[in-house]
Amino acid sequence: MAAILDVQGLKTSFTTPEGPVRAVNDVSFAIHAGETLGIVGESGSGKSQIFMSIMGLLAKNGRAEGSVKFKGKEILNIPVPELNKIRGVKMSMIFQDPMTSLNPYLSVKRQMTEVLETHRGMSQDAALAAAIEMLEVVQIPEAKRRVHMYPHEFSGGMRQRVMIAMALLCEPELLIADEPTTALDVTVQAQILDLLGKLKRETGMAIALITHDLGVIAGLADRVMVMYAGAVAERADAGPLFKTPQHPYTQGLLRSMPRLDEARAERLQTIGGQPPNLQRLPEGCTFRDRCVYAFDRCAVERPPLRPVSPDRAKACHLEAL
Amino acid sequence: MAVTNLTIDGAPEVQGRSLWADARNRFFRNKAAVTSLIVFTIIVVACFVAPFLGLRAPDYINWNLSSWSAPDLQTGYLLGTDGNSRDLFVRTLYGGQISLLVGFTATLVSLVIGVVWGASAGFLGGKVDGFMMRIVDILYSIPFIFFVIMLTVVFGRNIVLIYVAIGAVSWLDMARIVRGQTISIRRKEFIEAAEASGVSKWRIITRHIIPNTLGPVVVYVTLTVPNVILTESFISFLGMGTQEPGSSWGQLVSDAAVVMEIAPWAIIGTGAFLAITLLCLNFIGDGMRDAFDPKDR
Amino acid sequence: MSAAPLLSVQDLKVHFDVSRKGLFAGPPAVVKAVDGVTFDLKPGETLGLVGESGCGKSTLGRAVLRLLPATKGRVVWLGEDLHTLDHAAMQEKRRNMQIIFQDPLASLNPRMTVGQIIAEPLTTFNPNMSGNEVKERVRQMMAKVGLLPNQINRYPHEFSGGQCQRIGIARAMINNPRMIVCDEPVSALDVSIQAQIVNLLMDLQAETGMSLIFISHNLSVVRHISHRIMVLYLGKVMEIADRDSIYANPLHPYTQALNSAVPIPDPDLERQKDRIVLKGDLPSPLNPPSGCPFRTRCPRATEICAQQMPELLPAGPSHHVACHHAGPRD
Repeated sequence: MAAILDVQGLKTSFTTPEGPVRAVNDVSFAIHAGETLGIVGESGSGKSQIFMSIMGLLAKNGRAEGSVKFKGKEILNIPVPELNKIRGVKMSMIFQDPMTSLNPYLSVKRQMTEVLETHRGMSQDAALAAAIEMLEVVQIPEAKRRVHMYPHEFSGGMRQRVMIAMALLCEPELLIADEPTTALDVTVQAQILDLLGKLKRETGMAIALITHDLGVIAGLADRVMVMYAGAVAERADAGPLFKTPQHPYTQGLLRSMPRLDEARAERLQTIGGQPPNLQRLPEGCTFRDRCVYAFDRCAVERPPLRPVSPDRAKACHLEAL
Repeated sequence: MAVTNLTIDGAPEVQGRSLWADARNRFFRNKAAVTSLIVFTIIVVACFVAPFLGLRAPDYINWNLSSWSAPDLQTGYLLGTDGNSRDLFVRTLYGGQISLLVGFTATLVSLVIGVVWGASAGFLGGKVDGFMMRIVDILYSIPFIFFVIMLTVVFGRNIVLIYVAIGAVSWLDMARIVRGQTISIRRKEFIEAAEASGVSKWRIITRHIIPNTLGPVVVYVTLTVPNVILTESFISFLGMGTQEPGSSWGQLVSDAAVVMEIAPWAIIGTGAFLAITLLCLNFIGDGMRDAFDPKDR
Repeated sequence: MSAAPLLSVQDLKVHFDVSRKGLFAGPPAVVKAVDGVTFDLKPGETLGLVGESGCGKSTLGRAVLRLLPATKGRVVWLGEDLHTLDHAAMQEKRRNMQIIFQDPLASLNPRMTVGQIIAEPLTTFNPNMSGNEVKERVRQMMAKVGLLPNQINRYPHEFSGGQCQRIGIARAMINNPRMIVCDEPVSALDVSIQAQIVNLLMDLQAETGMSLIFISHNLSVVRHISHRIMVLYLGKVMEIADRDSIYANPLHPYTQALNSAVPIPDPDLERQKDRIVLKGDLPSPLNPPSGCPFRTRCPRATEICAQQMPELLPAGPSHHVACHHAGPRD
C-alpha cells in the first residue's frame, strides 16, 4: 500500500516571551491509502499541532521543521500558492467547532460552490448540483432547500455534516478530522461516526482521526498513534493496542476510563500527577513523573520510538508491560 | 489518589504571580509605551518642580524686553516673552501645572463616580439599570460648551468652574464602559459561584465585578486624561478658563495663536508641550491596553 | 439511609420568556427549559442527571439552588420551599448547598488568590472568625482536595485545569455543605484527570455523607459515581432508576439509544455493536413536539405519543419510566 502521507522528524515549536514551547517533538509516521489512522492524546500532546503544521495553519509564532511528503512530494513549508493546490483539494481538514469553521455571513451554497468553482473550475450550475448531491451523501434532509440557508440555521450535528460535505467536495485522498465529534451530543456523535464509517467504506479515502476519546478510535481506526508531550508514545494496529497496550500511558488511559459494558469498579484507576509543561519538559522520559513503572534509566535517557514487532512501536525503556 | 497525607506545615508559602504583575511586565516590554512614560514623567516633573529651580517668576514683567520677543539662549528666555513681556517658557511650565492637575483630578473624580455608577447599574440590571442609565443619557445630551458658557455667565471666570464642568460630564463615558464590562462579566461562572456562596450583592460588586473591569478602566483613564486636558485647553482657548495672572496650556496657546505670524515660536513652543504630552499619554494608554489584553493586538 | 429526603423537587417548571418586546413585538415565545420534573434526593446519595443539549439539566441544577427563579412547582429543602423564602432566609440556606462548575478556570475570580477564593464562603457565614483561623481552615481544605497548602497565595491562572477544579471543590466544601450540585465538573478536563476528580468527589462523599447532584452528558462517568440516575429530554423526565437498572435494563427508548451511542474503547465490541442510530436532530426547545417530546426521533412512536405526554409510572423497584411503549430493547 502506498503511503499517502509520510511524515519524518516533524518538530514544531512556538516562540513565546517565556521561552519556546515545543509542541511537536520529532514525530514520524505514515498514512496509507484507504487506511484510518487514529491519533489519540490529551491537551498538550501535540496531536492537533502536527496537522496544523502539515496544513500550513500554524499561528504566526510557530515554526515547523522536518519532512512531510504527500504522495512523494514535499509539502512542509512550501509557498502558499503551491500548498493551496493540495490543501482543500487532495487533503482536507474538518475541525471541532463547526460554527467557527463556517463563515456565518455566507450561505452554505456560496461556501460550497466557491470551493468547486475555484478548485475544479465548475460552472455555477454544475457546482450547485454537485453541492446538493454532496449534502445528500452526508444525509442532510431536504438538501435542495437547505443549501441556501446560513450556518446558524443548522443544528450542531448538521453543521458538522456540512463541514464534512465541504471537505469532500474535491474528493480528497486524505481527510483530517480534528476532534470532529467532541462538541456534539452523544446521540448526534453516533450519527456522525456512522456517517464517517460509511464514507470510509464507500470512498476508500484515508482518514487521520484526531481525538481524545478512545471509544471513537475503537470504532473507526485501523491503526492508532498515542501522543504524549509532543511525541509518539505508542503506535500499533487498533486491536492489539486496546488488548495489550505496551506503553504505561496507554495502559493508564485505558484503565482510567469507566466503561459502560463492564461491571462497575469501586474506584477508578488514575494516572497520578499533571499533564506535562511543554516549556519545561523534564530530562529523560516525559512520562516518568506519572509512570508507575519508572526506574532509573527513565530519568536520564529519553526513550526513542522503537519497533517491537513489524506493526508496533513504542517509546519506552521497558521490554514489556 | 489519597489526599490526607500531604503535610500542612512544611513548605514556605509560594508567592503568586497576579494578573497585574503579568500586565506590568508586558507593559515594560513595550518600547513606545516606556519611552512615552519617561518623556511624560520628565514633563510632569519639570512643571511641578519649576518653582524650586530658581527660575524667573511667571508673573515677572521684564520692562526691557518687548512683548513677544524671540527666544534668546543667552538671556535664558527659551521661548522668548509673551504679550506682557513675561518669560513664556516659565509660564508654560507653570501653566502645565494647571493643565495636568485638571487632567488628573477631574479624571479621578470621573473614575470614582463612573465606576461605582456603572458597576451598580450593570449588576443590578432591570429597572434600576434603566433608570441610572437614563440619567446618564440626559446628562450626555446637554451640549457641553453651552453648559460651560452658562456656568461662566453665572459664576464668572474661575478655575473651579473648569473642574466642575469637566467633572460633571467625563464620568458619563466611564459609567457606560464599566456598565458594559459589568454586563459581560455578570454571567460568568465565578459570579454565580459567589451568589451560590451567599455573598451579598454589594460585596459581589466591589470584590468580584469592579476588580475585573479595571483592565479596560485603567486603559480608559489614561485616555481620558488627555481628553480632559484638551477640553480644558479648549475652554481656555475660548476665553472662559483660567484667569490672569494664572494660566494653562490652552490659555497660552490661545494667546500665542493671535500673534502666530509675528512670533511663530510662541505657538510652536507652547503647542509642542501640549501636543507631546497628549501623544505620550496616548501611547501609554495603548501600551496599557496591550498589556491588559494581549490577545487584542 | 434515613426516610426523610433531603431535597424534594415537585413538578418543577422553569420557563424563560424570550419573546421580542416593545415596538417590534413578536409572537409569544417561551423556552420551557424544565417542564415538570419531580424527584427526591436522600442524604448521602448521588443522583446523576443525564441528557443532551437542551434537556434542561443545567437549568434544573441552578433552579434547585435558586440561582434561577422557578416558574412553577416546589423545591423543598429540609421541609421548606426554597422559592418562597425571603432573601435573608435564602442566603442562610446557602451555607448548606453548593455548586461546582464545568469550566474550572472561569469559575474562579482571576483577581483573587486561591486562598481568598476558598475562604470566601467561610468568611461570608462566619464574619467574626479570626484571620488565622480562616487561613488554617483553608489550608486544611486545600490538603484535603489534593492541593499543596503552600500554594495558597497563587492565582487561578497559575494552575492547571484539574487543579482549578480542585480549588472549586475546596470552595464548595469549606462550609461542610449537605449537598453539592456538580454541573459537568469533569467534562472540560483531560481523561486522565477526570478519573482523579471523580475519585476525589467520591472520597469526600464517603467521608462527609453529603449528597451530590451530578450533571453530565458522559454516561460512563455518571454510571460510576451515581446511585440513581435520571434521564432528561427537553425538560421532561424520561426515566429514573438506580444505576444498575438504567444500564442493565433500560426501559425507555431514549435511554436505550443513549446507552448504545456511547463508544466503547474496544474495537471488536464497538464495531460489532448493534448501535441504535436515532434519526433527525434534537427539536428546538422553543417549539417542542406535542405529547412526548422524544416522539420525533423515537423508533417506537405511534399516534398516542403525539397526543399525550406519558406519565412517569413505576416499572420496578425504584424504577420509573415515562413512555407509552416502555420495555426492553427489541
